Amino acid sequence: MTATVPHGPRPAPCRDDASGAAGRHPALDNEEILRYSRHLILPEVGVEGQRALKAASVLLVGAGGLGSPLGLYLAAAGVGRIGLVDFDTVDLTNLQRQVLYGTRDVGRSKLASARDRLSDLNPHVALETYDTRLTSANALEILRDYDLVIDGTDNFPTRYLVNDACVLLGTPNVYGSIFRFEGQASVFATREGPCYRCLFREPPPPGLVPSCAEGGVLGVLPGLVGVIQATEAVKLILGAGESLIGRLLLIDALGMQFRTLRLRRDPACPACGTRELQELIDYEAFCGIPSAEQAGHDVPEISPVELASRLGRPDPFALIDVREPHEWEIARLPGARLIPLDTVGERLDEFPRDQEVVLYCKGGTRSARAARELLEAGFERVVSLAGGITRWSEDVDPSVPRY
Amino acid sequence: MSVTVHLPAVLAKLADGRRALDAPGATVGQVVAHLAALYPDLAPRLRDESGRPYEFVTFYLNDEDIRLDGGFDAPVSDGDEITIVPAIAGG
Repeated sequence: MTATVPHGPRPAPCRDDASGAAGRHPALDNEEILRYSRHLILPEVGVEGQRALKAASVLLVGAGGLGSPLGLYLAAAGVGRIGLVDFDTVDLTNLQRQVLYGTRDVGRSKLASARDRLSDLNPHVALETYDTRLTSANALEILRDYDLVIDGTDNFPTRYLVNDACVLLGTPNVYGSIFRFEGQASVFATREGPCYRCLFREPPPPGLVPSCAEGGVLGVLPGLVGVIQATEAVKLILGAGESLIGRLLLIDALGMQFRTLRLRRDPACPACGTRELQELIDYEAFCGIPSAEQAGHDVPEISPVELASRLGRPDPFALIDVREPHEWEIARLPGARLIPLDTVGERLDEFPRDQEVVLYCKGGTRSARAARELLEAGFERVVSLAGGITRWSEDVDPSVPRY
Repeated sequence: MSVTVHLPAVLAKLADGRRALDAPGATVGQVVAHLAALYPDLAPRLRDESGRPYEFVTFYLNDEDIRLDGGFDAPVSDGDEITIVPAIAGG
Protein backbone atom coordinates (compact mmCIF):
# COMPACT_ATOMS: atom_id res chain seq x y z
CA MET A 1 0.00 0.00 0.00
CA THR A 2 1.45 3.37 -0.96
CA ALA A 3 0.14 6.76 -0.07
CA THR A 4 2.51 9.14 -1.74
CA VAL A 5 0.22 12.09 -2.24
CA PRO A 6 -0.01 14.36 0.78
CA HIS A 7 -3.51 15.31 1.75
CA GLY A 8 -4.47 18.21 3.92
CA PRO A 9 -8.06 19.30 4.36
CA ARG A 10 -10.14 17.61 1.69
CA PRO A 11 -11.14 19.77 -1.26
CA ALA A 12 -14.91 20.01 -1.47
CA PRO A 13 -16.19 17.51 -4.02
CA CYS A 14 -18.49 20.15 -5.43
CA ARG A 15 -17.65 23.62 -6.59
CA ASP A 16 -19.14 26.04 -4.16
CA ASP A 17 -18.28 29.26 -5.90
CA ALA A 18 -16.02 29.86 -8.85
CA SER A 19 -13.59 32.28 -7.24
CA GLY A 20 -13.08 30.21 -4.12
CA ALA A 21 -12.62 27.06 -6.14
CA ALA A 22 -10.09 28.70 -8.42
CA GLY A 23 -8.00 29.60 -5.43
CA ARG A 24 -7.73 26.02 -4.19
CA HIS A 25 -7.66 24.02 -7.37
CA PRO A 26 -4.43 23.26 -9.21
CA ALA A 27 -3.72 24.98 -12.53
CA LEU A 28 -3.68 23.21 -15.91
CA ASP A 29 -0.56 23.20 -18.08
CA ASN A 30 -0.73 23.61 -21.87
CA GLU A 31 -0.68 19.89 -22.52
CA GLU A 32 -3.63 19.43 -20.17
CA ILE A 33 -5.53 22.31 -21.77
CA LEU A 34 -5.20 20.57 -25.14
CA ARG A 35 -5.96 17.11 -23.73
CA TYR A 36 -9.16 18.28 -22.02
CA SER A 37 -10.24 20.71 -24.75
CA ARG A 38 -13.63 19.00 -25.30
CA HIS A 39 -14.35 19.50 -21.61
CA LEU A 40 -13.02 23.04 -21.50
CA ILE A 41 -15.36 24.21 -24.26
CA LEU A 42 -18.37 22.80 -22.39
CA PRO A 43 -19.68 25.67 -20.26
CA GLU A 44 -20.82 23.14 -17.61
CA VAL A 45 -17.22 22.02 -17.15
CA GLY A 46 -14.89 24.76 -18.38
CA VAL A 47 -11.50 25.52 -16.88
CA GLU A 48 -12.92 25.66 -13.35
CA GLY A 49 -14.61 22.29 -13.66
CA GLN A 50 -11.53 20.67 -15.12
CA ARG A 51 -9.45 22.06 -12.26
CA ALA A 52 -12.01 20.65 -9.81
CA LEU A 53 -11.62 17.25 -11.48
CA LYS A 54 -7.84 17.56 -11.14
CA ALA A 55 -8.20 18.42 -7.46
CA ALA A 56 -10.54 15.50 -6.81
CA SER A 57 -9.74 12.05 -5.49
CA VAL A 58 -11.86 8.97 -6.19
CA LEU A 59 -11.48 5.47 -4.77
CA LEU A 60 -12.62 2.51 -6.85
CA VAL A 61 -13.38 -0.52 -4.71
CA GLY A 62 -13.01 -3.43 -7.11
CA ALA A 63 -11.13 -3.35 -10.41
CA GLY A 64 -13.35 -5.82 -12.27
CA GLY A 65 -16.32 -5.44 -14.58
CA LEU A 66 -17.52 -2.12 -13.15
CA GLY A 67 -14.04 -0.94 -12.14
CA SER A 68 -12.75 -1.28 -15.71
CA PRO A 69 -14.88 1.38 -17.42
CA LEU A 70 -14.76 3.44 -14.21
CA GLY A 71 -10.97 3.49 -14.19
CA LEU A 72 -10.69 4.21 -17.89
CA TYR A 73 -13.25 7.04 -18.02
CA LEU A 74 -12.27 8.71 -14.76
CA ALA A 75 -8.58 8.67 -15.73
CA ALA A 76 -9.45 9.97 -19.20
CA ALA A 77 -11.61 12.70 -17.65
CA GLY A 78 -8.64 13.92 -15.63
CA VAL A 79 -9.61 13.01 -12.06
CA GLY A 80 -6.43 13.99 -10.24
CA ARG A 81 -6.04 11.06 -7.89
CA ILE A 82 -7.55 7.60 -8.37
CA GLY A 83 -7.24 4.80 -5.84
CA LEU A 84 -7.88 1.16 -6.72
CA VAL A 85 -8.57 -1.62 -4.25
CA ASP A 86 -8.32 -5.21 -5.52
CA PHE A 87 -6.41 -8.39 -4.67
CA ASP A 88 -7.05 -10.47 -7.79
CA THR A 89 -5.03 -11.48 -10.81
CA VAL A 90 -6.33 -11.19 -14.35
CA ASP A 91 -8.06 -14.39 -15.48
CA LEU A 92 -8.97 -15.32 -19.05
CA THR A 93 -12.67 -15.34 -18.10
CA ASN A 94 -12.36 -11.65 -17.05
CA LEU A 95 -11.60 -10.42 -20.56
CA GLN A 96 -15.19 -10.83 -21.86
CA ARG A 97 -16.10 -7.68 -19.86
CA GLN A 98 -13.13 -6.26 -17.93
CA VAL A 99 -11.91 -3.97 -20.70
CA LEU A 100 -9.13 -2.51 -18.58
CA TYR A 101 -7.07 -5.64 -19.27
CA GLY A 102 -5.67 -7.41 -22.32
CA THR A 103 -4.72 -10.95 -23.15
CA ARG A 104 -1.09 -10.18 -22.28
CA ASP A 105 -2.21 -9.38 -18.70
CA VAL A 106 -3.62 -12.85 -17.97
CA GLY A 107 -1.93 -14.11 -14.80
CA ARG A 108 -0.69 -10.63 -13.81
CA SER A 109 -1.97 -8.69 -10.85
CA LYS A 110 -4.98 -6.55 -11.75
CA LEU A 111 -3.50 -3.54 -10.01
CA ALA A 112 -0.17 -3.70 -11.88
CA SER A 113 -2.03 -4.16 -15.17
CA ALA A 114 -4.43 -1.32 -14.36
CA ARG A 115 -1.54 0.96 -13.43
CA ASP A 116 0.13 0.35 -16.81
CA ARG A 117 -3.05 0.98 -18.78
CA LEU A 118 -4.28 4.00 -16.84
CA SER A 119 -0.90 5.76 -16.63
CA ASP A 120 -0.59 5.33 -20.41
CA LEU A 121 -4.11 6.71 -20.89
CA ASN A 122 -3.41 9.75 -18.70
CA PRO A 123 0.01 10.31 -17.07
CA HIS A 124 -1.39 13.31 -15.16
CA VAL A 125 -3.39 11.04 -12.86
CA ALA A 126 -1.84 10.04 -9.52
CA LEU A 127 -2.67 6.35 -9.07
CA GLU A 128 -2.69 4.67 -5.69
CA THR A 129 -3.12 0.95 -5.47
CA TYR A 130 -4.20 -1.12 -2.48
CA ASP A 131 -3.39 -4.78 -3.10
CA THR A 132 -5.71 -6.11 -0.42
CA ARG A 133 -9.22 -7.27 0.31
CA LEU A 134 -11.21 -4.39 1.84
CA THR A 135 -12.02 -5.38 5.43
CA SER A 136 -13.51 -3.83 8.55
CA ALA A 137 -9.94 -3.43 9.79
CA ASN A 138 -8.61 -1.39 6.85
CA ALA A 139 -11.66 0.23 5.22
CA LEU A 140 -11.82 3.49 7.19
CA GLU A 141 -8.09 4.01 6.84
CA ILE A 142 -8.19 3.55 3.06
CA LEU A 143 -11.47 5.37 2.36
CA ARG A 144 -10.80 8.44 4.48
CA ASP A 145 -8.27 9.81 1.99
CA TYR A 146 -10.84 10.17 -0.80
CA ASP A 147 -13.56 12.64 -1.78
CA LEU A 148 -15.71 9.96 -3.40
CA VAL A 149 -15.94 6.19 -3.21
CA ILE A 150 -17.27 4.03 -6.03
CA ASP A 151 -18.64 0.60 -5.22
CA GLY A 152 -17.65 -1.83 -7.97
CA THR A 153 -17.45 -4.91 -5.77
CA ASP A 154 -19.01 -8.27 -6.52
CA ASN A 155 -20.36 -9.49 -3.17
CA PHE A 156 -22.79 -8.48 -0.44
CA PRO A 157 -20.40 -8.31 2.54
CA THR A 158 -18.13 -5.79 0.79
CA ARG A 159 -21.12 -3.75 -0.40
CA TYR A 160 -22.41 -3.33 3.17
CA LEU A 161 -18.85 -2.63 4.35
CA VAL A 162 -18.32 0.09 1.73
CA ASN A 163 -21.73 1.59 2.56
CA ASP A 164 -21.22 1.70 6.30
CA ALA A 165 -17.69 3.07 6.01
CA CYS A 166 -18.94 5.81 3.66
CA VAL A 167 -21.78 6.73 6.05
CA LEU A 168 -19.38 6.88 9.01
CA LEU A 169 -16.91 9.04 7.08
CA GLY A 170 -19.55 11.18 5.33
CA THR A 171 -18.13 10.23 1.93
CA PRO A 172 -20.55 9.80 -1.00
CA ASN A 173 -20.79 6.22 -2.29
CA VAL A 174 -21.53 5.86 -6.01
CA TYR A 175 -23.30 2.51 -6.21
CA GLY A 176 -23.63 0.12 -9.13
CA SER A 177 -24.54 -3.54 -9.24
CA ILE A 178 -25.16 -6.03 -12.05
CA PHE A 179 -26.59 -9.47 -12.69
CA ARG A 180 -27.09 -11.20 -16.05
CA PHE A 181 -28.86 -8.50 -18.10
CA GLU A 182 -29.87 -6.09 -15.36
CA GLY A 183 -28.26 -3.40 -13.29
CA GLN A 184 -28.89 -0.90 -10.50
CA ALA A 185 -27.24 2.43 -9.80
CA SER A 186 -27.60 5.19 -7.22
CA VAL A 187 -25.60 7.58 -5.05
CA PHE A 188 -25.60 6.79 -1.34
CA ALA A 189 -24.29 8.25 1.90
CA THR A 190 -24.54 11.93 1.09
CA ARG A 191 -25.41 14.33 3.89
CA GLU A 192 -29.16 14.28 3.24
CA GLY A 193 -29.66 11.20 1.09
CA PRO A 194 -30.35 7.52 1.75
CA CYS A 195 -27.78 4.74 1.93
CA TYR A 196 -27.54 1.15 0.69
CA ARG A 197 -29.18 -0.11 3.89
CA CYS A 198 -32.21 2.12 3.17
CA LEU A 199 -32.62 0.16 -0.09
CA PHE A 200 -31.89 -3.31 1.29
CA ARG A 201 -31.93 -3.49 5.08
CA GLU A 202 -30.40 -6.96 5.07
CA PRO A 203 -28.61 -9.14 2.53
CA PRO A 204 -30.20 -12.27 1.10
CA PRO A 205 -29.10 -15.55 2.68
CA PRO A 206 -25.98 -17.01 1.03
CA GLY A 207 -26.71 -19.02 -2.08
CA LEU A 208 -30.09 -17.44 -2.85
CA VAL A 209 -28.69 -14.90 -5.30
CA PRO A 210 -26.10 -16.47 -7.61
CA SER A 211 -22.89 -14.56 -8.33
CA CYS A 212 -21.98 -13.56 -11.89
CA ALA A 213 -19.53 -16.51 -11.89
CA GLU A 214 -22.48 -18.82 -11.28
CA GLY A 215 -25.29 -16.99 -13.07
CA GLY A 216 -23.43 -15.29 -15.90
CA VAL A 217 -23.44 -11.65 -16.98
CA LEU A 218 -23.72 -9.98 -20.37
CA GLY A 219 -20.23 -8.63 -21.11
CA VAL A 220 -21.36 -5.13 -22.07
CA LEU A 221 -23.60 -4.73 -18.98
CA PRO A 222 -20.82 -3.68 -16.54
CA GLY A 223 -19.76 -1.23 -19.27
CA LEU A 224 -23.22 0.29 -19.28
CA VAL A 225 -23.55 0.46 -15.49
CA GLY A 226 -19.92 1.43 -14.80
CA VAL A 227 -20.19 4.33 -17.21
CA ILE A 228 -23.34 5.49 -15.40
CA GLN A 229 -21.37 5.40 -12.12
CA ALA A 230 -18.50 7.33 -13.75
CA THR A 231 -20.98 9.91 -15.03
CA GLU A 232 -22.43 10.36 -11.53
CA ALA A 233 -18.94 10.70 -10.05
CA VAL A 234 -17.94 13.39 -12.55
CA LYS A 235 -21.23 15.25 -11.94
CA LEU A 236 -20.71 15.17 -8.17
CA ILE A 237 -17.20 16.59 -8.58
CA LEU A 238 -18.44 19.30 -10.93
CA GLY A 239 -21.56 19.99 -8.90
CA ALA A 240 -23.43 19.76 -12.20
CA GLY A 241 -26.81 18.36 -13.17
CA GLU A 242 -29.23 16.18 -11.25
CA SER A 243 -27.51 13.45 -9.28
CA LEU A 244 -28.94 9.99 -8.57
CA ILE A 245 -29.04 10.91 -4.86
CA GLY A 246 -32.48 9.77 -3.65
CA ARG A 247 -33.17 7.84 -6.82
CA LEU A 248 -32.58 4.22 -7.80
CA LEU A 249 -31.89 3.67 -11.49
CA LEU A 250 -32.91 0.24 -12.79
CA ILE A 251 -31.25 -0.80 -16.04
CA ASP A 252 -32.74 -3.60 -18.14
CA ALA A 253 -30.43 -4.32 -21.06
CA LEU A 254 -32.69 -6.96 -22.66
CA GLY A 255 -35.78 -4.77 -22.71
CA MET A 256 -33.49 -1.72 -23.03
CA GLN A 257 -35.55 0.10 -20.45
CA PHE A 258 -34.33 2.48 -17.80
CA ARG A 259 -36.54 3.29 -14.80
CA THR A 260 -35.89 5.53 -11.84
CA LEU A 261 -37.62 4.93 -8.53
CA ARG A 262 -37.65 7.24 -5.55
CA LEU A 263 -35.36 6.27 -2.72
CA ARG A 264 -35.88 7.89 0.66
CA ARG A 265 -33.78 7.76 3.78
CA ASP A 266 -35.24 5.17 6.12
CA PRO A 267 -35.63 6.83 9.54
CA ALA A 268 -35.04 3.39 11.10
CA CYS A 269 -31.83 2.77 9.10
CA PRO A 270 -29.14 1.89 11.65
CA ALA A 271 -26.44 3.53 9.51
CA CYS A 272 -27.82 6.83 8.24
CA GLY A 273 -31.16 7.03 10.09
CA THR A 274 -30.79 6.32 13.81
CA ARG A 275 -26.97 6.30 13.47
CA GLU A 276 -26.78 3.54 16.07
CA LEU A 277 -24.12 1.93 13.88
CA GLN A 278 -21.01 3.66 15.20
CA GLU A 279 -18.33 1.29 13.95
CA LEU A 280 -17.78 -1.32 11.27
CA ILE A 281 -19.02 -4.84 12.02
CA ASP A 282 -18.23 -8.41 10.90
CA TYR A 283 -19.79 -8.30 7.42
CA GLU A 284 -19.24 -11.98 6.63
CA ALA A 285 -21.27 -12.86 9.72
CA PHE A 286 -23.87 -10.18 8.88
CA CYS A 287 -24.32 -11.82 5.48
CA GLY A 288 -24.61 -15.28 7.06
CA ILE A 289 -21.45 -16.57 5.45
CA PRO A 290 -19.92 -19.39 7.52
CA SER A 291 -16.28 -19.00 8.48
CA ALA A 292 -13.65 -21.18 6.81
CA GLU A 293 -13.72 -23.72 9.66
CA GLN A 294 -17.52 -24.00 9.59
CA ALA A 295 -17.79 -24.24 5.81
CA GLY A 296 -17.81 -27.77 4.51
CA HIS A 297 -18.39 -29.27 7.95
CA ASP A 298 -22.06 -29.94 7.32
CA VAL A 299 -21.64 -31.69 3.95
CA PRO A 300 -19.16 -34.52 3.23
CA GLU A 301 -16.81 -33.74 0.34
CA ILE A 302 -14.61 -35.72 -2.00
CA SER A 303 -11.60 -34.25 -3.80
CA PRO A 304 -11.30 -34.60 -7.58
CA VAL A 305 -8.12 -36.72 -7.23
CA GLU A 306 -9.89 -39.07 -4.82
CA LEU A 307 -12.91 -39.34 -7.11
CA ALA A 308 -10.65 -40.09 -10.10
CA SER A 309 -9.00 -42.94 -8.19
CA ARG A 310 -12.43 -44.43 -7.49
CA LEU A 311 -13.55 -44.40 -11.12
CA GLY A 312 -11.67 -47.62 -11.90
CA ARG A 313 -12.84 -49.49 -8.80
CA PRO A 314 -15.82 -51.85 -8.65
CA ASP A 315 -17.57 -49.98 -5.79
CA PRO A 316 -20.34 -48.28 -7.80
CA PHE A 317 -21.69 -44.82 -7.19
CA ALA A 318 -24.07 -42.47 -8.98
CA LEU A 319 -22.45 -39.33 -10.38
CA ILE A 320 -24.99 -36.50 -10.59
CA ASP A 321 -24.42 -33.12 -12.22
CA VAL A 322 -26.60 -30.43 -10.57
CA ARG A 323 -25.75 -27.58 -12.96
CA GLU A 324 -28.04 -26.09 -15.62
CA PRO A 325 -28.54 -27.74 -19.04
CA HIS A 326 -26.62 -24.97 -20.85
CA GLU A 327 -23.61 -25.64 -18.61
CA TRP A 328 -23.91 -29.38 -19.27
CA GLU A 329 -23.52 -28.49 -22.98
CA ILE A 330 -20.18 -26.74 -22.25
CA ALA A 331 -18.50 -29.58 -20.35
CA ARG A 332 -19.42 -32.60 -18.24
CA LEU A 333 -17.81 -35.52 -16.44
CA PRO A 334 -17.95 -38.99 -18.02
CA GLY A 335 -20.76 -41.19 -16.71
CA ALA A 336 -22.64 -38.29 -15.11
CA ARG A 337 -26.39 -37.64 -15.21
CA LEU A 338 -27.93 -34.17 -15.17
CA ILE A 339 -30.40 -33.20 -12.43
CA PRO A 340 -30.29 -29.38 -12.05
CA LEU A 341 -30.29 -28.09 -8.46
CA ASP A 342 -33.72 -26.42 -8.85
CA THR A 343 -35.30 -29.78 -9.71
CA VAL A 344 -33.61 -31.93 -7.05
CA GLY A 345 -36.56 -31.64 -4.65
CA GLU A 346 -39.10 -32.95 -7.15
CA ARG A 347 -36.81 -35.68 -8.58
CA LEU A 348 -35.70 -37.37 -5.35
CA ASP A 349 -36.88 -40.75 -6.68
CA GLU A 350 -34.20 -40.57 -9.41
CA PHE A 351 -31.40 -40.69 -6.82
CA PRO A 352 -30.39 -44.24 -5.80
CA ARG A 353 -30.67 -45.09 -2.11
CA ASP A 354 -28.59 -48.26 -2.38
CA GLN A 355 -25.49 -46.50 -3.77
CA GLU A 356 -23.35 -43.59 -2.82
CA VAL A 357 -24.37 -40.35 -4.58
CA VAL A 358 -21.56 -38.07 -5.78
CA LEU A 359 -22.77 -34.58 -6.69
CA TYR A 360 -20.89 -31.94 -8.65
CA CYS A 361 -21.42 -28.48 -10.09
CA LYS A 362 -19.09 -25.79 -11.45
CA GLY A 363 -17.32 -24.78 -8.23
CA GLY A 364 -18.81 -26.84 -5.40
CA THR A 365 -21.43 -24.44 -3.98
CA ARG A 366 -24.53 -25.78 -5.68
CA SER A 367 -23.51 -29.43 -5.19
CA ALA A 368 -23.09 -28.75 -1.46
CA ARG A 369 -26.63 -27.32 -1.37
CA ALA A 370 -27.96 -30.35 -3.26
CA ALA A 371 -26.08 -32.65 -0.86
CA ARG A 372 -27.66 -30.89 2.11
CA GLU A 373 -31.10 -31.29 0.50
CA LEU A 374 -30.54 -35.04 -0.03
CA LEU A 375 -29.20 -35.53 3.49
CA GLU A 376 -32.26 -33.77 4.88
CA ALA A 377 -34.45 -36.04 2.71
CA GLY A 378 -32.94 -39.08 4.40
CA PHE A 379 -30.21 -40.11 1.97
CA GLU A 380 -27.24 -41.41 3.92
CA ARG A 381 -24.34 -41.70 1.48
CA VAL A 382 -24.00 -38.34 -0.25
CA VAL A 383 -20.81 -36.44 -1.08
CA SER A 384 -20.12 -33.21 -2.94
CA LEU A 385 -17.16 -32.82 -5.32
CA ALA A 386 -14.91 -30.18 -3.74
CA GLY A 387 -14.12 -27.37 -6.20
CA GLY A 388 -16.51 -28.82 -8.78
CA ILE A 389 -15.76 -29.48 -12.43
CA THR A 390 -13.36 -26.52 -12.39
CA ARG A 391 -11.01 -28.20 -9.94
CA TRP A 392 -11.51 -31.52 -11.75
CA SER A 393 -10.10 -29.80 -14.85
CA GLU A 394 -7.20 -28.33 -12.88
CA ASP A 395 -6.27 -31.41 -10.85
CA VAL A 396 -7.34 -34.42 -12.92
CA ASP A 397 -8.22 -33.84 -16.55
CA PRO A 398 -7.28 -30.56 -18.28
CA SER A 399 -9.08 -31.70 -21.45
CA VAL A 400 -12.32 -30.80 -19.66
CA PRO A 401 -12.72 -27.09 -20.47
CA ARG A 402 -13.00 -24.57 -17.63
CA TYR A 403 -15.57 -21.84 -18.05
CA MET B 1 -58.94 -3.57 -8.73
CA SER B 2 -56.11 -4.58 -11.05
CA VAL B 3 -52.48 -3.49 -10.92
CA THR B 4 -49.47 -4.26 -13.10
CA VAL B 5 -46.52 -5.99 -11.46
CA HIS B 6 -43.07 -5.62 -13.02
CA LEU B 7 -40.68 -8.49 -12.42
CA PRO B 8 -36.92 -8.44 -13.00
CA ALA B 9 -35.68 -11.11 -15.44
CA VAL B 10 -34.29 -13.22 -12.61
CA LEU B 11 -37.79 -13.61 -11.12
CA ALA B 12 -39.67 -13.60 -14.44
CA LYS B 13 -38.26 -17.03 -15.27
CA LEU B 14 -40.26 -18.35 -12.29
CA ALA B 15 -43.45 -16.80 -13.74
CA ASP B 16 -43.47 -18.37 -17.22
CA GLY B 17 -40.98 -15.75 -18.37
CA ARG B 18 -43.44 -12.88 -18.00
CA ARG B 19 -41.89 -9.51 -17.15
CA ALA B 20 -45.20 -7.75 -16.49
CA LEU B 21 -48.30 -9.31 -14.96
CA ASP B 22 -51.74 -7.95 -14.17
CA ALA B 23 -53.06 -9.06 -10.81
CA PRO B 24 -56.06 -8.21 -8.60
CA GLY B 25 -55.97 -7.08 -4.98
CA ALA B 26 -56.77 -4.16 -2.67
CA THR B 27 -53.33 -4.03 -1.05
CA VAL B 28 -49.79 -4.82 -2.19
CA GLY B 29 -49.90 -7.90 0.06
CA GLN B 30 -53.05 -9.20 -1.63
CA VAL B 31 -51.50 -8.72 -5.07
CA VAL B 32 -48.37 -10.56 -3.94
CA ALA B 33 -50.48 -13.38 -2.44
CA HIS B 34 -52.33 -13.71 -5.75
CA LEU B 35 -49.06 -14.05 -7.67
CA ALA B 36 -47.69 -16.47 -5.10
CA ALA B 37 -50.74 -18.72 -5.56
CA LEU B 38 -50.49 -18.48 -9.34
CA TYR B 39 -46.75 -19.22 -9.49
CA PRO B 40 -45.67 -21.48 -6.61
CA ASP B 41 -41.99 -21.38 -7.66
CA LEU B 42 -42.04 -17.58 -7.49
CA ALA B 43 -43.74 -17.49 -4.07
CA PRO B 44 -40.68 -18.10 -1.84
CA ARG B 45 -38.76 -15.37 -3.70
CA LEU B 46 -41.44 -12.74 -2.94
CA ARG B 47 -42.15 -13.23 0.76
CA ASP B 48 -41.18 -15.45 3.68
CA GLU B 49 -43.11 -18.47 4.93
CA SER B 50 -45.34 -16.34 7.14
CA GLY B 51 -46.17 -14.05 4.23
CA ARG B 52 -44.02 -11.10 5.30
CA PRO B 53 -41.74 -9.22 2.91
CA TYR B 54 -38.00 -9.89 2.98
CA GLU B 55 -35.47 -7.20 3.83
CA PHE B 56 -33.55 -7.94 0.60
CA VAL B 57 -36.46 -7.62 -1.84
CA THR B 58 -37.85 -4.11 -2.16
CA PHE B 59 -41.38 -3.46 -3.44
CA TYR B 60 -42.21 -0.17 -5.10
CA LEU B 61 -45.78 1.01 -5.49
CA ASN B 62 -45.52 3.31 -8.47
CA ASP B 63 -42.28 5.12 -7.55
CA GLU B 64 -42.39 4.76 -3.75
CA ASP B 65 -40.87 2.12 -1.47
CA ILE B 66 -43.85 0.47 0.30
CA ARG B 67 -41.88 -0.05 3.53
CA LEU B 68 -42.24 3.64 4.31
CA ASP B 69 -45.93 3.51 3.41
CA GLY B 70 -47.51 0.58 5.27
CA GLY B 71 -45.59 -2.32 3.78
CA PHE B 72 -47.76 -5.10 2.35
CA ASP B 73 -50.80 -3.28 3.83
CA ALA B 74 -50.28 -0.34 1.46
CA PRO B 75 -53.54 0.11 -0.50
CA VAL B 76 -53.43 -0.05 -4.29
CA SER B 77 -55.63 1.65 -6.86
CA ASP B 78 -56.66 0.54 -10.31
CA GLY B 79 -53.83 1.05 -12.77
CA ASP B 80 -51.08 1.24 -10.14
CA GLU B 81 -47.71 -0.30 -10.89
CA ILE B 82 -45.72 -2.48 -8.52
CA THR B 83 -42.01 -2.95 -9.24
CA ILE B 84 -40.09 -5.70 -7.49
CA VAL B 85 -36.38 -4.99 -6.93
CA PRO B 86 -34.27 -7.84 -5.53
CA ALA B 87 -30.77 -7.27 -4.16
CA ILE B 88 -28.03 -8.15 -6.64
CA ALA B 89 -24.31 -7.91 -5.96
CA GLY B 90 -22.42 -8.54 -9.20
CA GLY B 91 -19.73 -6.18 -10.32
